[in-house]
Amino acid sequence: MSDRELILARIRAAVTSAPPNEIVRDYRTSAGPLDRAELIELFAERVADYRAVVHVTGEDEVAATIAAALAAQGLTRPLVPGGLPVEWVPEGAVADDPPLSDAELDAVGGVVTGCAVAIAETGTIVLDAGPGQGRRALTLLPDYHLCVVRAGQIVAGVPQGVAVLDPSRPLTWISGPSATSDIELNRVEGVHGPRTLEVVVVR
Amino acid sequence: MTFLGMPAFPANAAAAVRDSQLRFNLRKATHTIREKRASVVAELPDWARLREAGKQIKDHTLRNLERYLLQMEEAVTAAGGHVHWAADAREANRIVTGLVRETGESDVVKVKSMATQEIGLNEALAEAGITAYETDLAELIVQLGDDWPSHILVPAIHRSRAEIREIFLEKMADWGRPAPEELTDDPRALAEAARRHLRERFLSTKVAISGANFMIAETGTLVVLESEGNGRMCLTLPKTLISVVGIEKLLPTWRDLEVFLQLLPRSSTGERMNPYTSTWTGATEGQEFHLVLLDNGRTRVLADEVGRQALRCIRCSACLNVCPVYERAGGHAYGSVYPGPIGAILTPQLRGMSSPLDASLPYASTLCGACYDVCPVAIDIPEVLVHLRGRAPHPRAERLGMRAAGWVFDRPERLARAERLAGRLRRFVPRRAPGPGPLSAWTETRDLPEIPAESFRDWWTRTDGGTR
Ligand code: SF4
Repeated sequence: MSDRELILARIRAAVTSAPPNEIVRDYRTSAGPLDRAELIELFAERVADYRAVVHVTGEDEVAATIAAALAAQGLTRPLVPGGLPVEWVPEGAVADDPPLSDAELDAVGGVVTGCAVAIAETGTIVLDAGPGQGRRALTLLPDYHLCVVRAGQIVAGVPQGVAVLDPSRPLTWISGPSATSDIELNRVEGVHGPRTLEVVVVR
Repeated sequence: MTFLGMPAFPANAAAAVRDSQLRFNLRKATHTIREKRASVVAELPDWARLREAGKQIKDHTLRNLERYLLQMEEAVTAAGGHVHWAADAREANRIVTGLVRETGESDVVKVKSMATQEIGLNEALAEAGITAYETDLAELIVQLGDDWPSHILVPAIHRSRAEIREIFLEKMADWGRPAPEELTDDPRALAEAARRHLRERFLSTKVAISGANFMIAETGTLVVLESEGNGRMCLTLPKTLISVVGIEKLLPTWRDLEVFLQLLPRSSTGERMNPYTSTWTGATEGQEFHLVLLDNGRTRVLADEVGRQALRCIRCSACLNVCPVYERAGGHAYGSVYPGPIGAILTPQLRGMSSPLDASLPYASTLCGACYDVCPVAIDIPEVLVHLRGRAPHPRAERLGMRAAGWVFDRPERLARAERLAGRLRRFVPRRAPGPGPLSAWTETRDLPEIPAESFRDWWTRTDGGTR
């Protein structure tokens, strides 16, 4: 018998006496009472809780906000994925076209992306490697990540986020900069992923 | 690393409670995490309903495990991945070793994975001339220190920052980029040393081995939650990815994640969400992907009507952080990669109870029930402990003690009389019950609490509940 057959036979024998059971989903799955402005506020507050930098701006100030953030980091040649809205592409931007090698990505100081969805309650942004987000390594190797979130992309909670995401795409859920608490439980931001996460919310 | 031939839990625990650094670290860690957990759990008005749904989804999956495993296999295959089945540790190690050999590589990077620790994969790879590099900071500390993990979430919690600095200075050079000579014991500096040490490794290694927190049968998706980004490095950069996952990690539908992505981070690190969660389906961005489905005793657990609930476990470690026994004994005393209350019920079931260590594990608890209260999938750990005690080849004295206690506790008037008697005789009671004798096995590792002059019952009657 192959291991596959063996395992399946063992499972069949093991569960014969187990009672069937029902799944009741009476937890919160709808958006709740928050309006657009309140969602933005909650999202910004929760992202900031992770010690990420958050800006909330109007449509016409996005470019200036991005430029100022990059300047503050001393980043003159930030990386941008294909499909990033032109108004968000900063001056001096480097495109991932043709694709950079891992070593080249490692040498890039920072990256500017959009996202697929953002979750207010947990302060999470989710990237699905779609337009304006790029392949997964783009937001992993550079030490600085600036992510632009449109207000319309913010959902209330995890169930609403899961519902709009496509599992056939590779997803990266990001909640604050990379961190560890492995040394005497002291939180240190920035181990292997970007040490700085900056989020720009467009009203 | 091997737990073979380890002494039984009481001996290990007695050694651990004498280690004051360990006790200090454990106390600080468990109390900090448990407070964080309590505050983020209290934030969710529907926590109890999420917990109940989590339990039901897991029970439903286990009840229909065959169907969902086959669905998983089909979905992964359709997405360009390869699925392998391993009935035991030896077969899993054989499969993984073979897959790595096929790539022609002799180095692999690893994301923290309890399943691969359980099967001793690193040792099996080493025998085949393949070096496995742990990349989680705590696992790196454990690996460089030639040590064992002692906590599910923070495996190096038994090490102080000064010890970690020593380990880095002494051992990093043997494994790759050395630690800078001027390294201090500032956690920031230590984390930076690990970042630099591992960065080159990530960029050059072609094969990665991971576990997974969940797999989704409906879509064939794997899910890994982490904090540091070493997981993303391993899942993203290498050309070949091999994931070794216990068959109980399955969830039926993508939607089920809406429950578990709320339950796990809050129960585990006490955060609303962990920094990074990666999900992928089959061969992703040009990678070669292999999934190894691992049984290794899980179907035996599944066959036990009471014990099978242990398979609902999502390895959050909340039960460790509230356990008074774990807090004092530490993770190593449990002699397995699964420490704490969950280890006390999972290890003896996975491995059987033939060794003295495994047979003693169901007794590594006071049955206080705190673990059940915090468990996000409502595993009734005390119930399983009592059940396993009934099956364990337990020492005669333990049975006698339990029976005597049962006789006293069964009848209130007997208890009242016993208490009064104890109060009167307390001057004559030593700190330790006298041995040797049939009771010594039970009493050797237990200090007797001081007996009060008046029992609680008598005090309550005399003062009318403290009002007089
Ligand atoms: S038994 Fe429950 S509390 Fe303990 S690690 Fe597993 S899921 Fe968490």
